[in-house]
Amino acid sequence: MSERPSSAANLCEYLETSAQRFGDRIAVVDPDGSSVTYRQLNDRADRVSGFLLARGLQPGDRVGLVQPKSVTGVCAIFGILKARCAYVPVDSSAPAARIRSILGNCQVRAVFASPGCAEVAVSIETAKAVVLTGTSTGQRSSGLPPSAVSWEKVLEHEPSRALPASRHRDDVAYILYTSGSTGIPKGVTLTHENALSFVDWCTSVFNPDEHDRFSSHAPFHFDLSILDLYLSLKHGSTLYLISEELGKNPGTMAAFIASNQLTVWYSTPSILSLLAEFGNLKQYDYSHLRLVLFAGEVFPVKHLRNITAHWPSPVYFNLYGPTETNVCTFARIPTPIPPDRTQPYPIGWPCSHCAALVVDDAKVPVPTGEEGLLYISGPSVFKGYWGQTGDNPAFFERDGQRWYNTGDVVKEDPADGFIYVGRRDRMVKRRGYRIELGDIESALYRHQQISEAAVVAIPDADAGVKIHAYVATVRDSPPSIVDLKVFCSKALPAYMSPDAFLFRDSLPRTSTDKVDYQKLQKDSAASQSQTK
Amino acid sequence: MSDPSTDQIKEEMRQYILNEFLPGEKASNLHDDTPLRTSGIIDSVGLLRMIDFIESRYTIQVDAHEAGVENFDRIEDMATFIRNKRQAGA
Repeated sequence: MSERPSSAANLCEYLETSAQRFGDRIAVVDPDGSSVTYRQLNDRADRVSGFLLARGLQPGDRVGLVQPKSVTGVCAIFGILKARCAYVPVDSSAPAARIRSILGNCQVRAVFASPGCAEVAVSIETAKAVVLTGTSTGQRSSGLPPSAVSWEKVLEHEPSRALPASRHRDDVAYILYTSGSTGIPKGVTLTHENALSFVDWCTSVFNPDEHDRFSSHAPFHFDLSILDLYLSLKHGSTLYLISEELGKNPGTMAAFIASNQLTVWYSTPSILSLLAEFGNLKQYDYSHLRLVLFAGEVFPVKHLRNITAHWPSPVYFNLYGPTETNVCTFARIPTPIPPDRTQPYPIGWPCSHCAALVVDDAKVPVPTGEEGLLYISGPSVFKGYWGQTGDNPAFFERDGQRWYNTGDVVKEDPADGFIYVGRRDRMVKRRGYRIELGDIESALYRHQQISEAAVVAIPDADAGVKIHAYVATVRDSPPSIVDLKVFCSKALPAYMSPDAFLFRDSLPRTSTDKVDYQKLQKDSAASQSQTK
Repeated sequence: MSDPSTDQIKEEMRQYILNEFLPGEKASNLHDDTPLRTSGIIDSVGLLRMIDFIESRYTIQVDAHEAGVENFDRIEDMATFIRNKRQAGA
């Protein structure tokens, strides 16, 4: 494994270099159609940085970003980084309690929030400043404290240019929160070095230039956004931000990709499946599309065959890696997909900046072809979770390297690389999002009429997985399924809401009085096969 | 297909929604005015599949601008929308 030095000392340097080389080129196109050049983006980021420093923020402070994706958000991200602070992107459509728990956990010192999230933003006691984005000049909702300022005010601020010499590759750049097994999201804390090593690897494999037009489908709180944002801006390409609304509508998204002549597409397989199924792709010209990247979950071969039949010319890559390591293995997918193939494609070989190890429970490497846990080391691997003290049990030392346990079970095929087998814990992936089933159980236990809750996931050919919630209730009149669905939509992000609720008088227990998940799993699998 | 009444459409949609999104729920708990999109019972992917079902079942075309909550949040609005579409296309 080689730890090649990155071409930049800090993520801001990607933008600063592009602003010098490609100042008048379009850097980012907003979902509303407006855009900024590289020079404008860099200037606004300098003003954001000046504002944050004037408010007394110090290197290492965290800044929340709670707003739909926009050019403003990109300016804020680079401004935060220029101030040597770390950005904490949060889903603005998540329940307020979840947003508050995340921003409170990492004690943000400032928050950039859309008007819809203003209330939760100003409730964060550690925040010295709240910037309301998406408001017109002077507009301010009544009742907000004086710490709330408009985006326009921030842009009037004197730019500040932090001295490059004071920047460190080990500075925390961003914290991405993922589902935690106890119901409290975990903050994966990533440094500039973590991101730079990954982005520089992307350069070597995908070879982008200033004529590329990148999609930005993933929201900023999702790790897929790291490739879109930094690879595109590093090379002077143009980044097309796709709003949440557009991103869920395959019909209009299909037209958007064609009319903007996007050259690089990156999303979860779920989105590509939707585009192939509902996008009516035949009516458009996709001859500009040269690269299609997907990550975040297993791509069912049926759907992969479907999209590659519609888009035959681009080169396809499967990228694999948990948020903690960023992308760490990759596989080029040969097209066309043979008609008789049913097995999903492998996750491939380690990227050049990573090393991989497949070990048994005693952490001893297994022979090639045998199943084992996949461990990763390299400069893109995170240092730890925010606020976590003591040793992280997911790491172990070997040959002077620090290895991270991905929790994924794989086996090595000498020809194709690693093949993903599954997991032994209670984490599942849906639409590319990680879900700890315990996180859903914690939410269900907050329902006043639920006395017991257990959640299982079962494989599903179309959806990837289906999530079944088993509940026992305290009263004679149990809540309706409609009630429980509505309750979950308020307590959890939409992708975590169970597909089905099943009532039991009490949950089955093992001899040691633990919930018998195996029995529930079997019940669910049986009910699933009956309905087919 | 003989022309279904608004009430027939409501019942068919109720059965479809129960099967797809609320397995195990009693029909009596899913009212004509139960919010479905705004309550999170049907998400964006679910909406796409439901529209696919509606288009083939009722031989109508649902345009993107028609797929909002004004037509697809409640069974009664869906039934009215489908009925009007069929009559306009007849």
